[in-house]
Amino acid sequence: MITIESLTKRYGGYTAVDDITLSAGAGRVTGFLGPNGAGKSTTMRILVGLTPPSAGSATINGQKFSDLPNPGLEVGVLLDASAQHAGRTGREILTIAQRTMGLPSRRVAEMLDLVSLTGGEADRRVRNYSLGMRQRLGIAAALIGDPEVLILDEPANGLDPGGIRWMRDLLRDYADRGGTVLLSSHLLHEIEVIADDIVVIGNGRIVAQGTKIELLQNAGTLVRAADLAELQGVLAAAGISTSQSATGALHTDADPDLVGKVTLAAGLPLTELRAADGAGLEEMFLELTADTQREGALA
Amino acid sequence: MSTIAVESVPRTRVAPSRVPTSRVVAVELQKMFDTRSGFWLMASIVITSLIATGAVILFAPDSELTYSTFAAAIGFPMSVILPMIAILSVTSEWSQRSGLSTFTLVPHRGRVIWAKAVASVFIGVVSMLVAVAVGALGNVVGTAITGTPQVWDLSVSEFGYIVLGNVLGLLMGFMLGVVIRNSAGAIVAYFVYSLLLPTVFGLLAANQGWFRDLQPWVDFNFAQGALFNGTMGAADWAHLAVTGAAWLLAPLTIGLAVLMRSEVK
Repeated sequence: MITIESLTKRYGGYTAVDDITLSAGAGRVTGFLGPNGAGKSTTMRILVGLTPPSAGSATINGQKFSDLPNPGLEVGVLLDASAQHAGRTGREILTIAQRTMGLPSRRVAEMLDLVSLTGGEADRRVRNYSLGMRQRLGIAAALIGDPEVLILDEPANGLDPGGIRWMRDLLRDYADRGGTVLLSSHLLHEIEVIADDIVVIGNGRIVAQGTKIELLQNAGTLVRAADLAELQGVLAAAGISTSQSATGALHTDADPDLVGKVTLAAGLPLTELRAADGAGLEEMFLELTADTQREGALA
Repeated sequence: MSTIAVESVPRTRVAPSRVPTSRVVAVELQKMFDTRSGFWLMASIVITSLIATGAVILFAPDSELTYSTFAAAIGFPMSVILPMIAILSVTSEWSQRSGLSTFTLVPHRGRVIWAKAVASVFIGVVSMLVAVAVGALGNVVGTAITGTPQVWDLSVSEFGYIVLGNVLGLLMGFMLGVVIRNSAGAIVAYFVYSLLLPTVFGLLAANQGWFRDLQPWVDFNFAQGALFNGTMGAADWAHLAVTGAAWLLAPLTIGLAVLMRSEVK
């Protein structure tokens, strides 16, 4: 259980994290979603005590991170897979974690096995690792203490599609066994596929949060016909406003049931009609962060 | 998924006990050896002491083939290498960014830095014992080759002073590591501290009469020099204490205060 309350971090005049409150519960994967520079990493660093907050609090199972007697056994942390001494081998890095936590040395081999790093790879220096291998090593280091809570910053970065699938299954299984997972990503698809709860952050502020199901319900309807202009006209006549989605369909806040009835009554054949779940979150994300995003408003 | 997946969670957990300081020290000691740079720094202590011993046997006049000559020859490279070891033990956490793991596994920076200091001093003292042994070997072998009598002209107290002198040098490097937290920067600063400053102070003392009497109270290197000369009077200890407080303790205190509150990125 991770609890963050009214957390704020200022750097001089710049507010990186602005009064955010969120919680990540046991047995659930909580996705922390936001564009680059939104404050995800800063929040996570504050959570594990690497950055002092300006105001507010962050606790894990009710305790401040620095009050945990042996944090590695309670919280698995992966903030930056590249932040390792390049001159150490993967095995040495895991051995340092294993010895610090006071675990039996066999845990190192078990973890290498778990993340599918071969013996040869484990004995190479991290300097020669690909980003994907570093992520696997980072996951191994986070899991070696068999913690109840996982905090992962962009863990899917650099993984190939098979690796992403593996990571997703691993985290799903971990949460299903009662673990708490907080993971951040700027990749909407990843979060959408794996998270139970989603927190969207932009410019240091939380812009939306809730269960994935709740957030998707608000995502509206996607509708497509051979003649989009005619479709738009028919719907507008019924008082349903639409916008063109990125995929060349129409997006509306009305529910699919209503859209179906209106177009049937107008005798207009549809080529697609569905709740905008997949595309919906992306549009919600872009919309919610439009005014805070670097690229400015996207159409 | 392998074995750990099978365990059933949630389970009742025993509250873990605090990571003991002895373990943190042991891990920090391991971290000084397990990188390539760390390994070669350690190896270079042994290698340079062997080279220095060989050089004394080859090049020193027979009359100077005494134990203290060997000790001085070995001591010089060591006085350069030991501070490097101390510097890198601190700065690599920032320069290599391994601090992200280190300070989340032990979220008390003071304990980690203390462990690094203990491990560094331990390595310093062990290195000096290695030097004593290599020097003794050199003295026995060297005098046997040249047929000159063995001269054992280093007392236990003199050795103690040399150890203290080297440990102070090592702590100097440690302090610069804590203050600067960047490997290259701290190493450069160490050479400024240990080579440039003494030269400037020396020139000043040679050319300005008013500074000559002041130098022992201002110049840490000068005050340390007495340790290597083998005799320490009350005034020498006072010089050492005053300059040590100014050049070592004060910046170390400030550096630690900043380090505790800084951000680890």
